[in-house]
Amino acid sequence: MRRRTIFRNKLLPYLLLIPQLAVTIIFFFYPAAQALYQSMLFEDPFGLRTQFIWFENFQTVLSSPLYLEAARVTLVFSVAVTLGAMAPALLLAVMADQVIRGAAGYRTLIVWPYAIAPAVAAVLMLFIFHPTIGQVGQGLRALGVPWDYRIHGGQALFLVIFVSAWKQVSYNFLFFLAGLQSIPKTIVEAAAIDGASPARRFWTVVFPLLSPTTFFLLVVNIIYAFFDTFGVIHAQTQGGPGRATTTLMYRLYRDGWVNLDLGGSSAQSVLLMTAVIALTVIQFRYIERRVHY
Amino acid sequence: MAIGRNRWLPHVVLLLGVFIFAFPIYLAFVGSSHDASTIARGDMPLTIGPHLVENYQQALVSPVGTRVRATPALTMMRNSLYMALAIVVGKIAISLLSAFAVVFFEFPGRMFFFWMIFITLMLPVEVRMIPTYAVVSNLGMVDTFAGLTIPLIASATATLLFRQHFLTIPDELVDASQIDGAGAMRFFWSVLLPLSRNNVAALFVIMFIYGWNQYLWPLIVTTGRGRETIVIGIVRMIGTGEAQTDWQLIMAVAVLALLPPVAIIILMERWFVKGLVDAEK
Repeated sequence: MRRRTIFRNKLLPYLLLIPQLAVTIIFFFYPAAQALYQSMLFEDPFGLRTQFIWFENFQTVLSSPLYLEAARVTLVFSVAVTLGAMAPALLLAVMADQVIRGAAGYRTLIVWPYAIAPAVAAVLMLFIFHPTIGQVGQGLRALGVPWDYRIHGGQALFLVIFVSAWKQVSYNFLFFLAGLQSIPKTIVEAAAIDGASPARRFWTVVFPLLSPTTFFLLVVNIIYAFFDTFGVIHAQTQGGPGRATTTLMYRLYRDGWVNLDLGGSSAQSVLLMTAVIALTVIQFRYIERRVHY
Repeated sequence: MAIGRNRWLPHVVLLLGVFIFAFPIYLAFVGSSHDASTIARGDMPLTIGPHLVENYQQALVSPVGTRVRATPALTMMRNSLYMALAIVVGKIAISLLSAFAVVFFEFPGRMFFFWMIFITLMLPVEVRMIPTYAVVSNLGMVDTFAGLTIPLIASATATLLFRQHFLTIPDELVDASQIDGAGAMRFFWSVLLPLSRNNVAALFVIMFIYGWNQYLWPLIVTTGRGRETIVIGIVRMIGTGEAQTDWQLIMAVAVLALLPPVAIIILMERWFVKGLVDAEK
C-alpha cells in the first residue's frame, strides 16, 4: 500500500531506519546466521579444534533418544496446554457473551492473570500444590492420592501443564469474546426461530463463524507452549523428575547453556526456528485466505 | 433474544472461573501474612494472619530468613522497573521512527527493509538465545543494563502496528502541513505523534508486561545479584521447594512481583485490550 503524498527527503528515511535495523541485524540476523553456521560445525570439548561437518549435528540430534524423548514430552505438553487453555476460555467467553449486566466486570476479573509472569505463576502454584504444605496438595493426599510431583513424573507433567494453561486462559478469553461479539445477533436469532436448540445453534452457527479466531489462537497457543512456558518448567520441576518435563525448549537450554554443546544446541535452535517459521507462515496464509472471502 | 436462555448458568460458570483465577493469588497473600513455622507445619488457615506488615517490611528491605537469603525486593523491583521501561521506551521509539520512514517516504529498498523488520516477528529470543548471548558477550555487555535490554527492544509487532495506523492518516493532513511549510520531522512531531497517542498507550501496556515478565534472557545475561529482576529473584528464592523454607517471604515477594503488571492491566484495561487485539492483526 502506498500513499499519494510523500516527503521527498533522500537521506532522512535511512537515518530513521538505522536504530531499528541496527538492533535487528546485530541481535537477530547475525545470531540466527551464527546458529545456522554453528549447527554445521563440530567442536571438541576443549574448543581446540573445529571442523565443518554439514548436517551431522542434525543427524546426531534427531537420532538421540534424549531429543526424541523431549519431542514426545513437547507433543503431549503442547497439545494439553493448548486444549486446556482454549476450551475453558471458549466456555467462559460464551457465558460472558450471554451476560447482559456485568459483562465488563467479568472481563476485568478474568483478564488480569495475563499480567502474571509464567515463572511467578509457577511459584504461586508450587505453594498450593506442595505435597506437605500446599492446600491442594494436602487435600489430594487426604483423598488418598499419592500426590508428590517431585517423585512422580506424570504428576509433574500435569502440574506444569495446569499452570501453563491456567495463565493462558485469559488471553484466549479476550479473543474469543471479541470474536463472539462480532457475530451478528440476527444470524443466531434466525437459527433460533428455525427451532435449533442452544447447543445446536452453537455448534452449527456460532462455532464455524468463530473458526478464524480459533485457528489464530491455535497457532498462538502452540508457540506459547513451545517457548513462553520455559519459566514455568524451570521454576517448578527443572525438567524433572528424571526427564518427565523436559520439553524441546528445556532440552535446548540444558544442552546449550548447562552442557555447553555448541553444535548440538545450534542444530536444536535451527530446528525450533524452522518450526516457528512454518507455524507463522501457515498462519499468514490462512489469514490471507480469510480476507478474500 | 432470550429464547431458551438460562438466567443463572452463565453467572455460575463465570464466578467459578473468577474463583479459579483469584484463589491462588489469595492463598499467596494469606501465605505472606503468617510465620514460617505455621506454613511449614502445613496448617496454614485460609484467613489473613498476624505477620503481614513485618513480612512485607522484611521482604522489601532485607529478605533474610532462616533458609533464604535474597536481594531486597525493593532493589529487584527497581531493576525490573528500569528494564521494563527501557524495553518499552526503546521499542516504541525505534518502531515509530521506522514505521514513519516506511510509510511516508519513497526510497530504494523500502520494501526490502520493511520485510527485514517483519521477518523478526518469527524469531522469539528463546530460540536464538545462545548465539545472541555470544554477540552480547563479544560486545562486553554481559551483566550490563545495555546487554539486558537492547537485544529485547527490536520489535516487529510495534512497527507493524504503527504502520497500520499511519496508513489511515489522510493525505490531506500531509498536504496541509507541507503547504504550511513543515518539513518531515516537524510533521512527525507536531501532527503524527499527537495522532498516535492511543496506539502508544496501548503498546505501552503490552510491552510493559512483556518487559517486566521477561525470564530466560535476564536469567542468562545477569550474573550479579545486584542486577537481579524480581521474576528471576523469586525463582532463586524457592530453590528446591522444600517445606522448611521461608515461604512467608517468598509469598510476599511473589505478591510484590505480580502487583505492578496486574495494577497496570486493571487501570489501563481499555488500552490493553485494544493493544492486544490490534497487535495480533
